[in-house]
Amino acid sequence: MVDLRELIQKVSQAKNKLELQSLKTQFLGKNSQINQEFKKLGSLTEDERKRRAGSLNNEKQKITEAINNRFRELEKSEINQKLEKDKVDVTLPARERPNGKIHPVSQVIDEISSIFSEIGFSVAEGPDVETEYNNFTALNTPEDHPARDMHDTFYLDDNKKILLRTHTSPVQIRTMLSGKPPFKIIVPGRTYRCDSDQTHAPMFHQLEGLHIDKDITMGHLKGCLDYFVKEFFEVKKLKMRFRPSHFPFTEPSAEVDIGYRLENGRIIVGEGDKWLEILGCGMVHPNVLKNAKVDPKKFQGFAFGMGIDRLAMLKYGINDLRSFFEADYRWLNYFGFDPLDVPTNYRGLSR
Amino acid sequence: MIITLSWLKNHLTTSANLSKIIDKLTGIGLEVEGVKESQGELSDFKVAKVIKAEKHPNADKLKLCDVSLGDNKIIKVVCGAANARDGLVTIYAPPGSVIPKTKMKLKVVKIRGVESHGMLCSESELNISNESDGIIELKNSEKHIGKNYFKSKGEKSIDISITPNRPDCLGVRGIARDLSSSGLGKLKKQPSIKINQKFKNPIKVSIKKEKHQGCGIFGSVYIKNVQNKESPDWLKKRIISLGLKPISAIVDATNYVMYDLNRPLHAYDADKIDQEIIVRNSKIGESFEALDNKTYKLKNNMCTISDKSGVLGLGGIIGGTRSGTELSTTNILLESAYFFPSSIRKTSKSLDIDTDAKYRFERGIDPGSIRLGLELGMCMILDICGGEASKFSIVGKIKDERPTIDLELEKFLKVIGFSITIGEIKKILISLGCSLKISGKKIKVIPPSWRPDIKEDIDLIEELIRIKGFDKISLVRPEKIRTKETLSFKQKLFHLSQRAVANKGYLEAVTWSFTDSRIDKQFAQGKKEIEIANPISNDLNVLRRSIFSNLIIYLKKNQDRGYPDISLFEIGPIFFGNKPGEQEIVLGGLKSGVANRKSWDAQTRNIDVFDVKADAMKTLLELGIEENDLHISNKTQNYYNPGRSGSVNLKSENGTILALFGEIHPAIVSTLDLKEKNVCGFEIFLKNIPEFKKKHRFYKKNYFVSEFQKSERDFAFVIDKNYKAGDIEKLISEVDKDIIKKVLIFDVFEGGNMPEGKKSVAINVTIQSMDKTLSQKDLDQVSQKIINVVKAKTGGTIRS
Repeated sequence: MVDLRELIQKVSQAKNKLELQSLKTQFLGKNSQINQEFKKLGSLTEDERKRRAGSLNNEKQKITEAINNRFRELEKSEINQKLEKDKVDVTLPARERPNGKIHPVSQVIDEISSIFSEIGFSVAEGPDVETEYNNFTALNTPEDHPARDMHDTFYLDDNKKILLRTHTSPVQIRTMLSGKPPFKIIVPGRTYRCDSDQTHAPMFHQLEGLHIDKDITMGHLKGCLDYFVKEFFEVKKLKMRFRPSHFPFTEPSAEVDIGYRLENGRIIVGEGDKWLEILGCGMVHPNVLKNAKVDPKKFQGFAFGMGIDRLAMLKYGINDLRSFFEADYRWLNYFGFDPLDVPTNYRGLSR
Repeated sequence: MIITLSWLKNHLTTSANLSKIIDKLTGIGLEVEGVKESQGELSDFKVAKVIKAEKHPNADKLKLCDVSLGDNKIIKVVCGAANARDGLVTIYAPPGSVIPKTKMKLKVVKIRGVESHGMLCSESELNISNESDGIIELKNSEKHIGKNYFKSKGEKSIDISITPNRPDCLGVRGIARDLSSSGLGKLKKQPSIKINQKFKNPIKVSIKKEKHQGCGIFGSVYIKNVQNKESPDWLKKRIISLGLKPISAIVDATNYVMYDLNRPLHAYDADKIDQEIIVRNSKIGESFEALDNKTYKLKNNMCTISDKSGVLGLGGIIGGTRSGTELSTTNILLESAYFFPSSIRKTSKSLDIDTDAKYRFERGIDPGSIRLGLELGMCMILDICGGEASKFSIVGKIKDERPTIDLELEKFLKVIGFSITIGEIKKILISLGCSLKISGKKIKVIPPSWRPDIKEDIDLIEELIRIKGFDKISLVRPEKIRTKETLSFKQKLFHLSQRAVANKGYLEAVTWSFTDSRIDKQFAQGKKEIEIANPISNDLNVLRRSIFSNLIIYLKKNQDRGYPDISLFEIGPIFFGNKPGEQEIVLGGLKSGVANRKSWDAQTRNIDVFDVKADAMKTLLELGIEENDLHISNKTQNYYNPGRSGSVNLKSENGTILALFGEIHPAIVSTLDLKEKNVCGFEIFLKNIPEFKKKHRFYKKNYFVSEFQKSERDFAFVIDKNYKAGDIEKLISEVDKDIIKKVLIFDVFEGGNMPEGKKSVAINVTIQSMDKTLSQKDLDQVSQKIINVVKAKTGGTIRS
């Protein structure tokens, strides 16, 4: 007969895994007492054998269980001992993960596209190098029109026929010539004028908008811009004023001011009592439609243009336009956006 | 355009106050850019009497004056003017006031040891004239002592930005007319003039009939026996309020009429005209000295006002010194003419002259204002300078090109969105000077001669809504419907690649599309240079032919700021010709320095070709290209390090080029003198990214994974040093595509005990069958096959 209690006690007192292993061989191995007992079973009667085998198996199981328990206990204490020694200073610097950033202009273009996407505009493009015809003449700005003086133009040839576009408006012409109405597009893009000082850069970004259909009125223009400006600045209440103005390619033409106030030197767009001009717009001039092979008797609509860089400056409190284009590591890091911060309608435009 | 309230009220009867007027001006499209307290800062300047002027104790040329403002106090002022003397009434500027000319703020200072409390002023210091010789001497002004010299205190000048379509509003009267039309007052009638003009203009005027004649009408009046002089105060002040300098009564009167009616005039000293006035085209080689004291060499066909001796001036642009008026002038010829805008524009552009008259004529002067201009100018001169005027002589005639415009009542509703009544149309258009004929709903409109901008019905619609007010338009909320995709495939690629690369640690830069030709040529690949005819500076003189041209300049600038480890990228156009469309979008990234600089647990290492290879490849995968379709080769461009760069092509070595990557050529790094020499870059050519015909999800094979045991085997081959790792990978993966799931090179070793010209490549191969657990025998067979293929194709041997 095996003294189960004694065996189990021995097992539970094993000091380490090695000792436990040798106890296991001793108690359960080939030459163990219990194994000997099993061997004897053959000589017993069937009844006897059944009973004896049952109790032997029971004993074996208890020993095994005790060994396993002890093994787990020993392992646990081994791990704990190891952990006791294995401590790092978690306040050491984490491993480098480089941080990329999206330029504010790109971020704002994404925001704008997302807003206009919601009301059915799609994004169109055109070349940076343009003909004098598309940039001026087709836009109802003939050669001796004083409005041309307002655009300090970069030319690529001495005859002044090829230029860097001074606005995104020539894309209106290209879009209309290459398709059939209705047209409902926005055009974000690079534009160029050869003046350069604190508030002007020789290159900047414009957003053009064009909506031509059978019955688009100035009321639609107002509604569209009211929607855009509120969405863009993420405000529910906003003062907005349409002021008559003049652009050769729209008539009637308007400039749009929004209300703002200053708070700690920052512009807060909304209901303040100051006015800030943010865009120009109007009903597309019939001559422009004619030049773009659209029948002004059947179709009409509006166009608008605004400075993307300026919108970015206003929304994100950036003071210096020229810094946009200087690729200063510190500036890009400070004003840039996390690449995962993608403006969307449902997750929100900005964090 | 600058106006003052008092001047405006010469033309407008209104009870509206300044702020109401300002709001209305902006509301009808005459944008107020600012309101200046034009005389505000001048209220400091007082009329004062010099009680006593004696020599400064320590300076011969200075005087020490006792100045009184009429009270009992004596102010001590040091003055350098020779005419400072006892009893003189002059103008005193106290400490704290700002001298208009120098913009200097006065303080109490010690001059040669004596304190001076303010100063006594010359006309030039107050911007009244150029007279700087001595201080102002006021006559008969004893009663004004102590009072402000500039009496029009509170008179504010309103600065209005006039759009190029509104020449009529370059005159005070035009602005008054718009305001009255909008309901803010009543436009006054021009006073009628009764002058006895008895004699005939003795100077003959002719307009030569020739092609490109720039003058349509030339009106003139001869005024004899005038006494030119300084303008009276009221006129001087108006001239000053415009930001101009008073010159003489005759010149000031012509300027006054120009700003009052937008009617430029020109006054000639009639005695200096050689016999007669001939308006004719210039001939190349002619020249004259203009009133800006410059000599202009003329080309052919510029509109000149000439006499028998030659050119006197450029009509409508600038007069000449030869016939200029002076204070001594006694007989004048006053011109009021019409010049065609295109001629004015051509000549002034060609000679680069900008004057007030030119600015107005090129926008379009009212051809009907010739007589009115002569009348007003003549009256003012006669009033101030005396003299006798001739009859008017008006030579030439132009066609009345004003259209008769059919305006349909519904058109307003159709464009603007709400309706207007015939009554309103009538009221507004007539108040603006139009003549109307109405029959039923049909309206025929002839615009006034001062509105060259009104040509068709849409111009009238604009007038109507402008005067009614844009705030009357109620907005129509946009519908949230989308029938077309917002972005095209290429546009989506643009946005995706932008964020993909930023996500790999690159900062997005936006730089000019133009660059420095000296740097651009390093990356130009022999493409033709695209010059800008009028660059803003020599280092921004060409359109960039590579995305690296600007990026490397800014990389260098950042290095110079003390940031050697930096990653920048830009996505934007590069150009390969100067015609529209000869451009493509490229994404370029540059990276310099080391990885793990000053790291407590990792080895610092130079960033290298494999960093940028990873960035380029990963980005291409993220753009939706299958890994198997990316073919890497060492084909490269000459701005990369030839041995440490490569290209990614679609599917095969000859496939379209998707990307280039590598270390930037050390020669370029050295030429540009970059502080951190270790510079790598990559370019992704978006136009070559293939557009899939179907959505990505339709290309994916059905999901099917093996449930059976996978095994790995490691091999080490000794092969020729030049045999490419990528080729071995490909070779092995093609041995049995069904069961070889992955091939990975995990070690490359050269030198040591390797034979010359050989290298050892260690490869890990993952083997797994879709339909059974592979037996030892199966695995051995595949392994043997791999060894055999590698041996046969590369001559390499398995390392034992």
